[in-house]
Amino acid sequence: MATKTVRFEIKRQANPDAPAVWENFELEWRPGMNVISAMMEIAANPVTADGRETTPITYDSNCLEEICGSCAMRINGKARMACSSLVDNLEQPIRVEPLSKFPLVRDLQVDRHVLFENLMAVKAWVPVDGTYDLGSGPRVFPQQQEANYPLSNCISCTCCMEVCPQFNEGTGFVGAATIAQVKLFNNHPTGKVFKEDRLRALAGDGGIQECGFAQNCVEACPKQIPLTNAISDVSRDVIIQKAKDFLRG
Amino acid sequence: MAAPRIIVVGGGLAGLAAVIKIAEAGGTVDLFSIVPVKRSHSVCAQGGINAAKNLKGEGDTTDKHFDDTIYGGDFLANQTPVKAMCEAAPAIIDLLDRMGVPFNRTPEGLLDFRRFGGTLYNRTAFAGATTGQQLLYALDEQVRRHESDGKVRKFEGWEFLSAVLDSKGQARGITALDLRSMELRSFHADAIILATGGTGALFGKSTNSVICTGSAQSAIFQQGAYYGNGEFIQVHPTCIPGEDKLRLMSESARGEGGRVWVPRTPGDKRPVKQIPAAERFYFLEEWYPKYGNLVPRDVATRAIHKVVYELGLGLDGQPMVYLDLTHIDRATLNRKLEGILEIYEKFVGDDPRDVPMKIFPGVHYTMGGLWVDFNQMTSIPGIFAAGECEYQYHGANRLGANSLVSCIFGGFRSGPIALEYAKNLPDAEGDGGHAAELARQAEINGKLLNNAGTENPFKLWRELGESMTKHVTVIRYNKGLKQADEKVVELLDRYKNVNLSDRSQWANTSFAFARQLKNMLELSRVVAQGALLRDESRGAHYKPDFPDRNDEQFLKTTKASFTGEPAGPLFEFEEVDTQFIKPRPRSYTAAK
Ligand SMILES: Cc1cc2nc3c(=O)[nH]c(=O)nc-3n(C[C@H](O)[C@H](O)[C@H](O)COP(=O)(O)OP(=O)(O)OC[C@H]3O[C@@H](n4cnc5c(N)ncnc54)[C@H](O)[C@@H]3O)c2cc1C
Ligand code: SF4
Ligand code: SF4
Ligand code: FES
Repeated sequence: MATKTVRFEIKRQANPDAPAVWENFELEWRPGMNVISAMMEIAANPVTADGRETTPITYDSNCLEEICGSCAMRINGKARMACSSLVDNLEQPIRVEPLSKFPLVRDLQVDRHVLFENLMAVKAWVPVDGTYDLGSGPRVFPQQQEANYPLSNCISCTCCMEVCPQFNEGTGFVGAATIAQVKLFNNHPTGKVFKEDRLRALAGDGGIQECGFAQNCVEACPKQIPLTNAISDVSRDVIIQKAKDFLRG
Repeated sequence: MAAPRIIVVGGGLAGLAAVIKIAEAGGTVDLFSIVPVKRSHSVCAQGGINAAKNLKGEGDTTDKHFDDTIYGGDFLANQTPVKAMCEAAPAIIDLLDRMGVPFNRTPEGLLDFRRFGGTLYNRTAFAGATTGQQLLYALDEQVRRHESDGKVRKFEGWEFLSAVLDSKGQARGITALDLRSMELRSFHADAIILATGGTGALFGKSTNSVICTGSAQSAIFQQGAYYGNGEFIQVHPTCIPGEDKLRLMSESARGEGGRVWVPRTPGDKRPVKQIPAAERFYFLEEWYPKYGNLVPRDVATRAIHKVVYELGLGLDGQPMVYLDLTHIDRATLNRKLEGILEIYEKFVGDDPRDVPMKIFPGVHYTMGGLWVDFNQMTSIPGIFAAGECEYQYHGANRLGANSLVSCIFGGFRSGPIALEYAKNLPDAEGDGGHAAELARQAEINGKLLNNAGTENPFKLWRELGESMTKHVTVIRYNKGLKQADEKVVELLDRYKNVNLSDRSQWANTSFAFARQLKNMLELSRVVAQGALLRDESRGAHYKPDFPDRNDEQFLKTTKASFTGEPAGPLFEFEEVDTQFIKPRPRSYTAAK
């Protein structure tokens, strides 16, 4: 009996200046196989479908359970996490390419550092006095916890930024993930001391006004972060903040 | 003297905790990590973090937490540091709470707690079923704050290769590899903290993230550091078997009422929900009525093995048993366990709210690790270790939800101690050994890159994992352990013939992996041989030929040192500090 196989087309690029080429692979099907396990298979036997020797594919991954946010790539044209992309649910040949909005490093690896810079710019943290023992934290009712917890599940995968029509060099837009984190920290009883700073950071060019409410982000988010909700809440707060700042002169 | 320079290697909970304390004390830190720190393995932790806050009116105390931890670890852990950890835990939870971790709450707005294995108290604070993610983010955010103040420099995407040691054998810095440009560099430091996590990759497939190779620990070990209790590896009872990874199904599933069972009739063909209660074998509840499904992990894992391999009751004859949550209402499940239920749904395709999950044990946690003194310092002066990479807090078996607290506690302790050490360190003679160490590393790299062999490193690694899993996990026989060690020796030999299918000098992942593989092989010998020497059963280490604990001979810490000889590491044994709790027999058939 012929073994069942899975066909892949993977976009390769040796470095940022090298030309991109597509390579085809045909692998033995395995139960529960996902796009990362397929690439592990290729690393152990780096040969293309037409029998040519090649190099293992460079890509980012770590947890293999969709929680570390490493393995975002474009699979059959959609930005998603490779480790949770089961081949049984994908049309073949499975076309795998790197995210397109971030500087390419090699093959499927891109540099998504900009998200961490954006988080720094909006002070996405709670300014505690110190790590010594100061007793218990502020009381938080379950209803508040349940509202904030989803926002806190963002894995920094940048899928929302990849699919956003406004996220590009022209606008310098921070993207939906950062905006959702602003909402999270502005909601926190201690975190909100920086509320005004955060809103001001989102007020200028590249800030929240760039968003066209296209809602691509919320559809692409693997963690179902309530992004449109966050964007409209923060947007409203930014407008109020602008008005206040204007009146204060 | 110039301001002291500290290097922290690793940005999981332990590394970040160390960084925060140093920055807070006014020091500056260079933080190295293979992955962006926010993507470290700590992000995977699910179930929760222990602290005896006694918010449920049960009379829990830090002493009870201490006793549970020591007893759970079968008395192998040194008691002084464990006691200190349990006493510090409640304040650590408070701090995390202040940092904004969205812990689950009681109706009154206080922290909620659940029960975990090896205790009768609700002692585990949790944020849904993504506690590790939430804790890691909280510390990551604090570190970003210090980074924006210029106190922390991050080197993400750099891999630590070795320590730089001066002529007196003291640490003076590290060598590291930029995983993008493949540049090799040395960095100066007056003290180093390693917080490089677990070693799941020695076993091929495990619940760990892919970068948990133990390569950094092994490198230090080969440079002269002792490795402690290497033979103690935790196999978690409930994992989803997979081709690429064993995905964990957290103990919190049982903490919230999940029940483990198999049909009493082998190969029962009825749909699972039609099997009546009387015909279900809830073996943990029957065998351990007091602790039930929440016996410690080593006990649960062996019970599942027995049910599958001795009683032949695995589901459809396969190595699997049910973990059942279907009797709990959906709203509660979603509120408390959604994160892990989603993992099952995504990777298996069934909804565990409707059908029982199929699970089996998998390699999970490294109790052993770099030997450290009570000040978190390894046997190499100036190199400290914290988190899963060191051996100190869990003895022969770790209790669920005790790791996160040990990582943060160890990190918090190591930071200020390392800073103090660094302040008092006299200047190095000459270049402190930097040029020599760089040359040594450059030679290893050059040789590997140009090796004209035939062996694929990823294939060698698979063979290692299969052999280690077969012989050095749940049930250990001396014959098998010898075979495992011989296999490693064979692989080390074949490694000399390794061939990189990629020789480029840009983002070459095969090259980085091949370097790690060599270190994994050296460390595997410590695990296999340590297990061979320990002719007793204690915690996770179980030998049917020596089924009892033997305190007289083996109530001792195993310390391995590297020799470079074909026979492998050298072993010695050290007394365990048992000054607070007298060792007593460990059994979970009744309350202790
Ligand atoms: C699926 C899962 C669930 C778990 N759930 C729980 C739980 O509910 N409760 C609990 O208490 N424990 C739990 N644990 C255990 C716990 O998560 C880990 O023990 C803990 O997170 C380890 O933290 P760490 O800081 O020591 O290391 P890690 O988080 O693994 O971090 C290691 C760091 O070191 C870096 N690193 C490694 N090698 C190098 C190198 N050579 N050069 C540079 N950097 C390097 C990595 O990049 C990373 O930043 C769980 C473990 C798993 C696998
Ligand atoms: S709503 Fe549209 S424009 Fe706005 S962040 Fe989302 S994808 Fe981008
Ligand atoms: S908001 Fe969603 S898509 Fe965007 S980075 Fe976070 S998890 Fe990814
Ligand atoms: S590998 Fe972590 S999200 Fe895919």
